[in-house]
Amino acid sequence: MADHQDRVTRADEVVEVSHLSIRFGETRVLTDLSFGVARGTSLAIIGPNGSGKTVLFNALIGSIPFEGEIRWAPGIRIGYVPQNLDLERDIPITGLDLLRARATLARESEANVSRALGLVDVSPDVAGHPIGTLSGGQFQRLLVAFALVGNPTVLLLDEPTAGVDEPGQERLNELVGRLQHDEGLTVLFISHELTVVYRYATSVLCLSRGQGCLGPPRAILTPELLNEMYGTPVDHHVHGD
Amino acid sequence: MSMATEAILLSVAMAVAAGLVGSFAVMRRMALAADALSHVALPGIGIALALHVHPLVGAVAMLFFGALLVWALEERSRATTETVIGVVFSAALALGSLMTTGEDLIEALFGGAGVLNSAEIAFGFVAAGAVVAFMITQRNRLIVMLVSPDVARTAGIDVQQLNLLYLQVFALTIALGLRYLGVLLMGALLIIPAATAKRWARNLNGMLAVAVAVAVGATAVGTSVAAWAHRETGPLIVTAAAAAFMVSLVRRPG
Repeated sequence: MADHQDRVTRADEVVEVSHLSIRFGETRVLTDLSFGVARGTSLAIIGPNGSGKTVLFNALIGSIPFEGEIRWAPGIRIGYVPQNLDLERDIPITGLDLLRARATLARESEANVSRALGLVDVSPDVAGHPIGTLSGGQFQRLLVAFALVGNPTVLLLDEPTAGVDEPGQERLNELVGRLQHDEGLTVLFISHELTVVYRYATSVLCLSRGQGCLGPPRAILTPELLNEMYGTPVDHHVHGD
Repeated sequence: MSMATEAILLSVAMAVAAGLVGSFAVMRRMALAADALSHVALPGIGIALALHVHPLVGAVAMLFFGALLVWALEERSRATTETVIGVVFSAALALGSLMTTGEDLIEALFGGAGVLNSAEIAFGFVAAGAVVAFMITQRNRLIVMLVSPDVARTAGIDVQQLNLLYLQVFALTIALGLRYLGVLLMGALLIIPAATAKRWARNLNGMLAVAVAVAVGATAVGTSVAAWAHRETGPLIVTAAAAAFMVSLVRRPG
């Protein structure tokens, strides 16, 4: 990613994306997308299935080719929590095995493993069990800890609450909010939950038909736009806010 | 050191390498590819015999080529990989069987008890040392890549390169065991001990330790029984490993 970092972004931005286009063969997934993310803020990325949310993350971490420019501020470290894992959970690997491997690579100490577990509220005892025995919520929090062990300045979370029960979702969302406010991390997260977007996002990037629009949640999430984006009225999603 | 002692130490080194490499092969769900890849050594042995060079040279060359093929296919898609492996590596076995005949074929397929010369012993120790060193130094990278290649990228890992190196180390491990187990059975010494360890172990160190212990134990038992009963070594090693796996099916720690 070093080649993405050598050009300076605007002082307060961790990443600046300009004229980003991505296509797979003949299919255009993203077209001429431009946005920036200010340091210490949180950006929610929303959009219907197939609108290119995960593809955007793939481009941001440099795992797929793209046209346009992605400029990360110098010294940025990315912590990524993907939605789809290659990992089968029936293998005899514990949470601590994963965290220690990541910490050693990042030349971080054992203390950093404990700190990351503390931040996500997973006890060392639970982390010492094979990952297959953890609940969905515990495992997701462990994955956030796995990202935190590398001492990231930016967190990329791809639908972190997918497949997690409701109390677990609540804890995860609060965790992400806390990481942004207390730890000063910049957070980019993909979500389908508009309630969560209203509550935790500083700004919203909506993707639809390859195009994007950007702004604070209250300005951008109008019933008209949501209707256009998802095709059906979705205001029932924002109850409880 | 006597030749006999060297041969025993070499078979232990081969089994240690197989346990370590096989553990990651099982965790990466590449048991099928692992087994089939060993078949590709056979045409290499056939070509080497025809050219009057040492069979191991042909086997290593073909194994590296096979690993490169698996790597290139995996970069595209997993579904294609499985089909191509099913076709290419079975065809390699068939072609290799046509090129090799008689005693040579039986020995290439199932391994043989022939005396190792000093060059073979030197290759064995160097290769086993390289495999074990790779697994120890790259262990953390392999674990992070196991979680997700994308996460590995954000951790600064060159995923493509690490994948290729792992497959080459895998191929080298198969080459190490060809003398004892042959092209049909060496894949089993990588997979069965690791599959046993997957059932018995509770963490990563446990997995690696059990896989190595089962591989070394099966090699020791197989070699001893073969010497005592005047039978081929390879089938007895794999039978011993399979027995350990059967026990793991029945007795699993809570």
